[in-house]
Amino acid sequence: MYRIRFHGRGGQGMKTASRILGSAFFEAGYEVQDAPRYGAERRGAPIFAYVRAAREPINERGIIQHPDLVIVADDTLVPVPASGVLAGVSACTVLLINSTEAADVWQHRLNISGPIITLPVAAEVEDRADLPYIGATCAGAAAQLIGVIPQQALIHAIETELGGLGSAVVERNLENALAAYELVAPHHGLASEGAAPHAQDYERPDWADLPLETARISAPTIYAAANSIEVRTGLWRTLRPVIDYSRCNRCWWVCSTFCPDGAIAVSADGQPQIDYDHCKGCMVCVAQCPPHAIAAIPEHQAQAEESQLAGTTGDPP
Amino acid sequence: MSRTLLTGNGAAAWGARLAHADYIPAFPITPQTEIIETLAQWIDTGQMDSRLVTLESEHSMITAAGGAAATGVRVFSATSSQGLLYAMEMLYTVAGWRTPFVLVNVSRGLSAPITLEADHNDVMAARDCGFLQLHCATCQEVLDNTLIAYRLAEDERVRLPVIVNLDGFYLSFTREPVIIPDPQETTAFVGPFNPASIHFRASAPESQAVAVLGGAPYSYFRYELHLAAQNALSVYDEIRAEFRETFGRDYPAVDAYHAEDAELVFVMLGSFATKARAAVDQLREAGWSIGLVQPHLLRPFPEPLLQQLLAGKRGVAVIDQNLSMGKGGVLHTELAAALYGHPDAPPVLASFIGGLGGRDITAEEFFEIARVLRDAVSAGRAPLPRLLYTRDELLEIRKLQAVAHVERKELGKTT
Repeated sequence: MYRIRFHGRGGQGMKTASRILGSAFFEAGYEVQDAPRYGAERRGAPIFAYVRAAREPINERGIIQHPDLVIVADDTLVPVPASGVLAGVSACTVLLINSTEAADVWQHRLNISGPIITLPVAAEVEDRADLPYIGATCAGAAAQLIGVIPQQALIHAIETELGGLGSAVVERNLENALAAYELVAPHHGLASEGAAPHAQDYERPDWADLPLETARISAPTIYAAANSIEVRTGLWRTLRPVIDYSRCNRCWWVCSTFCPDGAIAVSADGQPQIDYDHCKGCMVCVAQCPPHAIAAIPEHQAQAEESQLAGTTGDPP
Repeated sequence: MSRTLLTGNGAAAWGARLAHADYIPAFPITPQTEIIETLAQWIDTGQMDSRLVTLESEHSMITAAGGAAATGVRVFSATSSQGLLYAMEMLYTVAGWRTPFVLVNVSRGLSAPITLEADHNDVMAARDCGFLQLHCATCQEVLDNTLIAYRLAEDERVRLPVIVNLDGFYLSFTREPVIIPDPQETTAFVGPFNPASIHFRASAPESQAVAVLGGAPYSYFRYELHLAAQNALSVYDEIRAEFRETFGRDYPAVDAYHAEDAELVFVMLGSFATKARAAVDQLREAGWSIGLVQPHLLRPFPEPLLQQLLAGKRGVAVIDQNLSMGKGGVLHTELAAALYGHPDAPPVLASFIGGLGGRDITAEEFFEIARVLRDAVSAGRAPLPRLLYTRDELLEIRKLQAVAHVERKELGKTT
């Protein structure tokens, strides 16, 4: 059975990528299971989707624990533990990263022994959640790496999955998917089918007996705001609101009141401060600020400027 | 007939479409919403001739469903989790009215704490209300069972609403190959709704009871409902046989996989049962005498078939994806009641709780359940009930609790 996982941000089309690959497998005569996985996250949050394909009916279900192929549409997710990009990756797993950095840089950085291939295809865009055609591109590259999907099946899958969006959209996606298919042709068939888990020789689950604990500890009560400090929802952000204090008129309440996440605090003298660890980048404050003192800056650009600043001054941003 | 990739939600919508549901009261909730969105789109584009109405709550939605079904039209609705519970008062009421319709429930764990992912506590909460329950393990079953459910609900010998249950995420958002049967065949199979005695009309009053009853007449009506639900078992077998002849797919009230010659048996409901099936394949390859028994009907509870399939087994592991607080797994409890006193009943009936809130059950855990069961059979006594929960998972909770503790301190609540 082939087990494939796509990682990206909400909005980048990972569900579409899994459906294109699923349909292409189905077209090639395989039994298929494809599914996206996300909860209450919004655009920009790390999400993943997966595909299983086999010649026999598939009884396995749920999250893929041991992937044969992992595709990462957005390389900024690789170092984010919450995105789970590297979960279950072994020496047999092929890793395909959409990145302008070279494969050996990633090999060294991640210290993993399995093959890594980069796909330097996406032109940089302002809002990364809009990364154009990346879903179809990833599916195209995946089809080549798997090696059992004929080009015609890939084409037909894209036409099936995106047909409802009109012929212009289908054409642009086809163009990108086929370019990626060609680009990774030297690695044709690199990803291979993983084996079924063994009932004879398996890692025994280390089950725990839950102790009885008092309700003070074991009740999931939430009586206060700011109860999820360690959940860094700032990682979801693809655009960053930045306050121009020379234009801020210290109204003290508009941006902080409209912020749906309580991520803007106002100091005693009426100066707003954005908590970037938790600001999800919804840009409601940008729209609400009466003197237009808040600008939307692409997050990757803001981060690049920060690290440059850190490099020149030696101070953390 | 075509074989295509469909989600469980897509399959449920196809079931309603092929059954020609006339009226669809609706209210959105994750992970069900895709069903009513799909139906709304078909109605909007003229591909389906039906009336979809959005209500202000699930309570009103089920009231509207029951009210419409009482006039003799074919009704479909769908909900999930908190929505099913919000409708609970009316689930009992419309079942008491003996109005036949089909409600798809996309299983999702209940609050608090809140989750979006699958477990069966929602549908178990509706266990005693008078709705019959069909539990699906694949997307194909969702489509097929929606058709079967209409036949069962509308049969004069039954006349009860039916819940078709599928697991959130594991089926609702998962695409797999599904055969969409030929519409002419499905139309012939489901047939037109023959309302017979169901003909509630405005300005045409009719009564079969008084509004408030004493215990004895109340008991009569409630027990008749119970008898009708029990009667559904044999009616189901007739419908299932007809379905098998027409479409070539078979859904026995209890499915058995390699169970006949097995010494040990897993018992499970819903989509996780396919994972148990995969584990049985692996265990058999490693020389184990093990199988799977998977109830398809939960209400009526198919006792005779379960007694027969489990007779002579040495050990049974019931894996419940639900938890009755202060008791344990519901399926384990019901199975114990069904097997008690039978001379061939398995001596070891072990209880495992797993998959709460969508928590995965790994292949290795199925292998370990088999090992624990085998050891229990050797020792001659059932193990204590076991929650499938690892030390690493407990460690994760400890980390979160430590963070919460620090936060409490920062918030000035140091107790």
